[in-house]
Amino acid sequence: MEYRDYYQILGVERTASQDEIKKSYRKLARKFHPDVSKEDDAEDRFKEVNEAYEVLKDPEKRAAYDQLGKNWNSGEDFNPPPDWDQGFEFRGGGYTEADPEAFSDFFESLFGRGGFRQSGFQGGGFSRGGQAFHAQGENTHARIAIDIEDSYRGSKRQITLKHSELGADGRPVVKERMLNVTIPKGVTEGQQMRLAGQGQPGIGNGKAGDLYLEIVFNPHSRFSVEGKTVYMELPVAPWEAALGAKVPVTTPDGALNLTVPPNSKSGSKLRLKGKGLPAKEPGDLFVVLDIVTPPAHSEEECEAYRQFRDHFQFDPRRSDSRGGA
Amino acid sequence: MPSGNQSEDILAEVLDEHSILTLRELCRACNLSAEQVLAMVEQGVIDAREEGTGLRFSGICVRRVRRVYRLERDLGVNHAGAALALELLDEIEQLRARVRRLERR
Repeated sequence: MEYRDYYQILGVERTASQDEIKKSYRKLARKFHPDVSKEDDAEDRFKEVNEAYEVLKDPEKRAAYDQLGKNWNSGEDFNPPPDWDQGFEFRGGGYTEADPEAFSDFFESLFGRGGFRQSGFQGGGFSRGGQAFHAQGENTHARIAIDIEDSYRGSKRQITLKHSELGADGRPVVKERMLNVTIPKGVTEGQQMRLAGQGQPGIGNGKAGDLYLEIVFNPHSRFSVEGKTVYMELPVAPWEAALGAKVPVTTPDGALNLTVPPNSKSGSKLRLKGKGLPAKEPGDLFVVLDIVTPPAHSEEECEAYRQFRDHFQFDPRRSDSRGGA
Repeated sequence: MPSGNQSEDILAEVLDEHSILTLRELCRACNLSAEQVLAMVEQGVIDAREEGTGLRFSGICVRRVRRVYRLERDLGVNHAGAALALELLDEIEQLRARVRRLERR
């Protein structure tokens, strides 16, 4: 197991005051909060920061952590010395209300022994009242990233779920199971998929909770989505834009021929009604024209540009000549 | 519940703007108490429709409620602060999408 330097993670000195630790934690939590941050590793960083704070915010745990010594380096192979937590109050179960599944093996080995989850009964708010030994399992939430094309066609995904069960020795063990999830057509970012009965197992006769998957789209090099509206770029040659043309386009829905009207400008949007994400009222697809000018290398090409110049009274820096294309 | 490495086929139910949830269903979905969800309605974080026997919510409320709850829990902000953050985040998301589109030109 790897040693974790909680001071380094929070960016504070080992001598930092509790106030400094809190301040630094708050800053980093805002920076890496998965709902706020767009950085790829935000979720991992956020968990790391929370784990560090879980230890350092509590003077008792901090003191215990400190007595491991400061000569460890982050990532170094580590095993806690026997009875290292002798005399500390949290001995055998150091979790507060934090989610223990988010913490590392390093934390688990130091503070996690026998630490039972307290939060199993929290969910719902309606389970109170005389049925203490039967409770519906907690709902779980996760994110699933799909491609835009998956939403057009519908797709199947295999996902791996981890959940903890109490093992024979009374300690939680992590088990994995796989689900083939059918992703219906037309799902879009921010929507939830509910998988009934796939959350945490129930307690006693309680039903299992549900699993909620939040949809996010993988970034795509050509398509982007807002709600059910899809945008894509279409590169066109100057003469296609000026004279009009029928050009082949590969949309997320398949290939088609698109009519570019004469005198189209760069940035013009052509609307393909109902070709956005599928739904009862499907979204629209906007094809945004991008006029690409060919470079002039050969003498013929240069001559063509000269003729071009001579045939137009065109100054792109004069406002009234714009739009002539 | 089946376990082990066998995989099973599951059909997902989509919660979108057309889905209608009762207060109880929304609370269950978000793992929150009715008091917590109602406080968010009062702050205008989510919209509720009154219908016959009680309140009705749209399926997209699940994500909003979960996000507001996480912001409150993790960052120590109150309902109003979390609601403001959410509105700004929504706006940033739209702007980012627009910037991505424009930058590809």
